Amino acid sequence: MLIRVDIEKCTGCATCVNTCPFSAIIIKDNKAFITEACTLCGACVESCPESAIIDEREKEEIKPEEFKGVWCFAEQSKGRIASVAYELLGIGRKLADSLNTELSAVLFGKSQEVEELIKWGADKVYYADAPQYDSLDDELYSKTMVKLIKENKPEILLAGATAIGRSFIPRVAARLKVGLTADCTGLEIDRETGNLLQIRPAFGGNIMATILSPTSRPQIATVRPRVMKRGEYIAQRKGEIIKIEPLNPTGRVRILERIEDACLSRVNLQDAKVIVSGGRGLGSPEGFKMLWELANLLGGTVGASRAAVDEGWIPYAHQVGQTGKTVCPKLYIACGISGAVQHLVGMQSSDIIVAINKDPDAPIFNVATYGIVGDLKVIVPLIIKKLKEGVSE
Amino acid sequence: MKIIVCVKQVPDVTEVRIDPKTNTLIREGVPSIMNPYDLHAIEAALQIKEATSGKVTVITMGPPQAEDVLREALSMGADDAVLLTDRRFAGADTWATSYTLSQAAKKIRFDLIICGKQAIDGDTAQVGPEMAEFLNIPHVSYVRKIEKIDASEMIVERLMDDCYEKLWISFPALITVVKELNNPRPPSIRGKMAAKKANISRWTADDIGAEEDKIGLKGSPTMVKNIFAPPQRGERRILEGAPEEQVEILLKELRRLGCL
Repeated sequence: MLIRVDIEKCTGCATCVNTCPFSAIIIKDNKAFITEACTLCGACVESCPESAIIDEREKEEIKPEEFKGVWCFAEQSKGRIASVAYELLGIGRKLADSLNTELSAVLFGKSQEVEELIKWGADKVYYADAPQYDSLDDELYSKTMVKLIKENKPEILLAGATAIGRSFIPRVAARLKVGLTADCTGLEIDRETGNLLQIRPAFGGNIMATILSPTSRPQIATVRPRVMKRGEYIAQRKGEIIKIEPLNPTGRVRILERIEDACLSRVNLQDAKVIVSGGRGLGSPEGFKMLWELANLLGGTVGASRAAVDEGWIPYAHQVGQTGKTVCPKLYIACGISGAVQHLVGMQSSDIIVAINKDPDAPIFNVATYGIVGDLKVIVPLIIKKLKEGVSE
Repeated sequence: MKIIVCVKQVPDVTEVRIDPKTNTLIREGVPSIMNPYDLHAIEAALQIKEATSGKVTVITMGPPQAEDVLREALSMGADDAVLLTDRRFAGADTWATSYTLSQAAKKIRFDLIICGKQAIDGDTAQVGPEMAEFLNIPHVSYVRKIEKIDASEMIVERLMDDCYEKLWISFPALITVVKELNNPRPPSIRGKMAAKKANISRWTADDIGAEEDKIGLKGSPTMVKNIFAPPQRGERRILEGAPEEQVEILLKELRRLGCL
C-alpha cells in the first residue's frame, strides 16, 4: 500500500471512512484500514485529524519546472481548421495566463487559416504543412508530436476530443509515459501545486471526476467540443509561425480514399448548435424529412435515438447516446424519443432540451427544459409553419 | 490468422449513481456486463476467422469474476481466453492497462488485434491506440466496414467526424470498431455448454513479464482526485394548452433564451 495508516496515531474516529470517495476505508479493531478499493486519491491524508494517514508515494524524477507553456493541437480537415481548435485556444489562453506562460498552437496539414490561430490567442504556431500531414496518419502525427514535445517541453497539451484527437493522442501519451485524460469538460490550474485539474464525466455522465497527472509532464487532455468558450479575437495580434521539419510516414497505413457523404458532412453532431433528434415515435424513415426541415430552419442538424438507427431509418453516424455520440448543443429537440438512460447520457448536458412525446410518463420529460405532451406529427409541422411565418414577417 | 480481441467487464453504467450524502459511488446492485462495443469486436473476429480460417483469443484484465465476459466470448465462438488477473494490476489507468494488455499480446502473438471503440464506464477510447504504440504497430480507429482482408493486409473504412475514409493497413495491426460494423451473434446453446467447461488461462504480472512500475496504480500517471455528482438540470416545464398554444409558448421561450 502506498498510503498507510499509522496504527499508533490512529484513534479510530472514522473521519477518513466518511471522507473517502471510494468507500475504501473500513474500521477494523478500532483502527482505520485501507482496502484494495483505494485509488490513492489522498483525500483521507488531508482529512485525518491525527495526521495518522501517510502518503508514501515516491516522487518521480521529473522536474515540472523544466516544462513550460500551454499547447493546443489545431486539427484541420481539407484545410479548414476545426472550431474546437479555437475553443482550445480560449481555455488555453486562460490556463497560460494563470501559469504566466506562453500559448502555442500545433497545426498539422496545410491551411490558409494558420494566421487565425494567432488572432484567436496563440503566441506561436508550430506548423507542419507537408502533404503527408493533410489527413490523419496516426503514426506520423504521434511521432511528430512526440518529437516536438521532447524538443520544447510544454507543460500542458490540449487536443479536441474528436475522431482525430482521440485516435492519435493516446499514442503520444503511451510513448512519453504521461497522463492523458479523455473528453474533459472543465480545466483549471490548482493554485497550490500548479497541476492541471481535469474535470470529466465518467460512467456515462452519471458521475463527474477530477483527474490529475501530478508527476508526469506534459499533462495531456482531450477536450469535448463546444464546451469551452473562444477567447478574444484580435485581428492585429502578432505571433510567430514555426515551420516543423516534416517526418516520413511509416507506410504501414495508407488512406486510399476520402469518402464524402452529404449527410455526414451535415451531421457533425459535436459541432452543432442545434440538434433535432428523432426516435421510434417517428414511425418511419419519412419522419426524418420533417426533422431535417426543422433542423435546416434552425441552422442545426439531425440526430437520432438508437431505436431509430436500429430500425434502419437513419445511418449510425446520427446516433446520440451511449453507443453513439455524446453531444451538448445549445438546443436539443427530442421528437418521439422516450428517453432511455442510454440516450439521456448522450445528450443531458445540452443547454436547453425540448421534448415532444405522446407519453406523459416518458423519462425524456425528466430532463426536458420544455416538454410538450402531444403528437409530434402535429407539433413539429406547427413549429415549422410558425418559424416560416416568423421569417416572412 | 491469429486474432486477439480485448474485452472489458464494465458496470452497467446506466445504473451507476452517486450517493448525494456521502459523495461516494453506489456500487451495490449494479450489474456487470460485457462492454457493448466489445461484442462487435468479437463478432468481427469470428467473421474473419470464418472467412480466412484462424484462431480467436479473447483477453481481459480484471478481477477473477471478469472471467464471466471471457466465457460469454467463448460461447459466441472464440477459441481461447486469457484472464490477466493479479492484485498488482489493480488501480490501473489507461496507460498501465494498455501496457499490461500489450505484454499479454506479445506473449500470445497475433496478426490482428481488435478492440471495441471504447468502454462505457471510462469512455476514454484510449486503450486501443495506446496498445498499438506499445506494440509498435499501426492502428485504425472507428472501423465501420471491413472491405477486404487477407493474410497480410486489410482494407477498412473508418468513421471520421465529417466523412468516411477508406484505408489500407498491413499486419500486424490493431483496429477499434464501432457498432455499425456488424450485428453480434447470440451465443449458441452448444457454445454456452462448451464455454462453461472451457479452461481459461490465468496470467499474473510475472507470466507476462510485466515491470512492476508499469502496472496497476504504480504504473498509472493519472489519478482520480475526487468524484462528484453532475450538476442538476435547471427548471423543467411542461407546456399546457392546445398544440397551437404549446408551440406559441415554446417559440416565445426559445426566443427569450436566444435560441432562435
